Amino acid sequence: MTETTGPLLAADGTPLKRKLAQSLFRSRARAFGLTLPLLAFIIVVFVIPIAQFLTQAVVDDRYSSLMPKSTIALAEWDGVSEPSEALAAAVVADLALAKENKTIGKVATRVNREKSGARSLFTKTARRAAKMEAPFLDALYERDKKWRDIEIWQGMKVASKKYTAAYLAASVDRKITADGKIVRQDEQRRIHITLFQKTIWIAFLVTLFTFLLGYPVAFLLSTLPMRTSNLLLILVLLPFWTSLLVRTTAWIAMLQGEGVLNDLFVAFGIAGDDARFSMIYNLTGTLIAMTHILLPFMILPLYSVMKTIPPSYTRAAKSMGATDWTTFWRVYFPQSVPGIGAGALLVFILAISFYITPALVGGQDGQMISNFIDYHMRGSLNWNLAAALGGVLLVIVLFLFWVYDRVVGIDNMKLG
Amino acid sequence: MQIAQKKRCRICGWVLNNSALPFDFMGKGRLWGSGLSQTQDAFVEFRRVQKSYDGEVLVVKDLNLKLPKGEFLTMLGPSGSGKTTCLMMLAGFETATHGEILLDGQPINNIPPHKRGIGMVFQNYALFPHMTVGENLSFPLEVRKIGKADREVKVKRALDMVEMGDFINRRPAQLSGGQQQRIALARALVFEPELVLMDEPLGALDKQLREKMQFEITDLAHRLGITVVYVTHDQTEALTMSDRVAVFNDGVIQQIAPPDVLYESPDNSFVAQFIGENNTLAGVVDSIDGDVCQVKLDSGDIIDATPVNVSKVGERTLVSIRPERVEANPKRLKKGAHTLKAEVLEFIYMGDVFRTRLRVAGNDEFIMKTRNAPDQQRLTPGEEIEIGWLPTDCRALDA
Repeated sequence: MTETTGPLLAADGTPLKRKLAQSLFRSRARAFGLTLPLLAFIIVVFVIPIAQFLTQAVVDDRYSSLMPKSTIALAEWDGVSEPSEALAAAVVADLALAKENKTIGKVATRVNREKSGARSLFTKTARRAAKMEAPFLDALYERDKKWRDIEIWQGMKVASKKYTAAYLAASVDRKITADGKIVRQDEQRRIHITLFQKTIWIAFLVTLFTFLLGYPVAFLLSTLPMRTSNLLLILVLLPFWTSLLVRTTAWIAMLQGEGVLNDLFVAFGIAGDDARFSMIYNLTGTLIAMTHILLPFMILPLYSVMKTIPPSYTRAAKSMGATDWTTFWRVYFPQSVPGIGAGALLVFILAISFYITPALVGGQDGQMISNFIDYHMRGSLNWNLAAALGGVLLVIVLFLFWVYDRVVGIDNMKLG
Repeated sequence: MQIAQKKRCRICGWVLNNSALPFDFMGKGRLWGSGLSQTQDAFVEFRRVQKSYDGEVLVVKDLNLKLPKGEFLTMLGPSGSGKTTCLMMLAGFETATHGEILLDGQPINNIPPHKRGIGMVFQNYALFPHMTVGENLSFPLEVRKIGKADREVKVKRALDMVEMGDFINRRPAQLSGGQQQRIALARALVFEPELVLMDEPLGALDKQLREKMQFEITDLAHRLGITVVYVTHDQTEALTMSDRVAVFNDGVIQQIAPPDVLYESPDNSFVAQFIGENNTLAGVVDSIDGDVCQVKLDSGDIIDATPVNVSKVGERTLVSIRPERVEANPKRLKKGAHTLKAEVLEFIYMGDVFRTRLRVAGNDEFIMKTRNAPDQQRLTPGEEIEIGWLPTDCRALDA
């Protein structure tokens, strides 16, 4: 048989690969079928809503749907010359329509995001829009001299676009001008980059603290006899059985000015009664509470990896003359790295999107990006910006994940 | 090999270039200084060593053991007999509950493992998976702060010694079991220790490779002149490799002797049963006269035997006879041999030997091994035959 250059054939002449696929199809289909309910559930309640929400970061048809005439006129306008009479007429007509439909508030809010002061201008003008007569541009100027400001018009032009990068730009402290350039946000409006930096910094610190605290615990757990280590493991897992909210509020009771810790400090003379430490409603409080809450996520992967490191490695190292420290650093530690990688990644990703704890104990300087997303969701009702901020956060996490894969290697990670 | 003749530190095994040490570099004066005055030929010594893990059961009971320099000693015994515990105490990973362990005349009970300078080979090899073969071998030299050039020479020499010179850049995971075993051996020897401990190092290898490695390890040990303490539960391994074998059971050394003595003159029935195949016949001592005793078997037969650890008439005894010392061919029976009736239960042709299961004096598991020779008859089950052995091959042991 020398002519076997083509694909291998099964006994009945069909290609072997197809035959194999056929024979495995049934078992694969059944396995897939079993996962189907969960898959459907996740897609319906998780993937689709999130995807839809994230599109709001770039899609905004509020202006274009409520102010249709001026949208067309604004698209024709070059963005720098003085607005034409036709444009002014379209705007006045749209304002009158919006007033009648009681949607002027939405439009005003939308434009206000691009140029502050636009809201009052719009509501004020809209009240008279129905009675305005040509020439409309002069009528507008007469109504309020703010209409003479070209930036208002430019803001409207930006707002009128259905697909816009304005929110994404805003989430990284940039704004898009009417002629399509991306420039930095005004000094006092640059808050997001700093907030992202602080969020990453907090997540990094929490990861570091959980590692420093968790590593010895995991080591102890992995070396103790089974009975004792199981008992201690339950203690590690105990916080999981308590609500996150309860744990966070417990920290408030512990750390507040009149709290348990401060009382102890005063009792032992570490702090004066009139100079108690402020450990809560600030960055310190956020760090302490988050470290505590995320500690099990570091300990468990570390423990599962350390348990598999045979004691003969350390014995071998010592028999060869290595001191305890050398044995640990050259032999034990490198083998626990997969656990550190898994734990650190887990804690970091959870920490970077932490919300409840910083909201409760963070005060002013302990706030994270999630708290800001929440503010835009519930406070300012700027869902588009919230979506953009969430999208940026997602990209950051994915990027860090990619960096981690390049540096440590994802298959070098053991979760259990 | 010249390594053995170089002057070394007796604890850490370093080869010393100048014979006089200007300072006490181990930080323990008694290790080096006073050792010279003691004239003991024991290189390793256990003195009344006891070990208990839980304070209730003694794993090692009153162990006394001496071994001279250059000896290959095997600790043999079933699992839980205390042999590995002894090895771990010698290595320093377990502390003796009572008693002293001496290395070259110096007590080492309080010296941490990394300062003992004892090479060790582990059952699962314990090669560091994150280091290459070269880095693994270089590790013990690095922690001894030996210069890079020297390290490279020593690593290469050690690898060549186990014929693994081409594998220096491989990772342990890329090696086969036998290759890993050689690297583990080279790593234990690279820092030139005088004492090397091996904890069932061949346990994970297949039979053929194991036999090859047995030969290589003993050959290497004798060439380098190192002292080896080897732990195994495989009696064939113990017999083929060792200068002496210490048979452990229940935390006590049952017998310590060269392999041939151990096999042919076991001190007690545990050793007789544990080493090689053995037939036992239960009975009562009828009379003792110097180095001959008569035993009345439970079946009523009276046979002659060599008394080993029976002392008085009327005592219960187990008489032990090796299967290959039993003869069925009347022409081959030596003069003075003792004969007994037997019934053939099973005959197995094994090529070089015939293995026959007999019923002798009520014992259905009596094995006879006869060499395949032209004049040797093949037996059939049910046949009534007469078998015999020399009273000197028949040892009356404790019951």
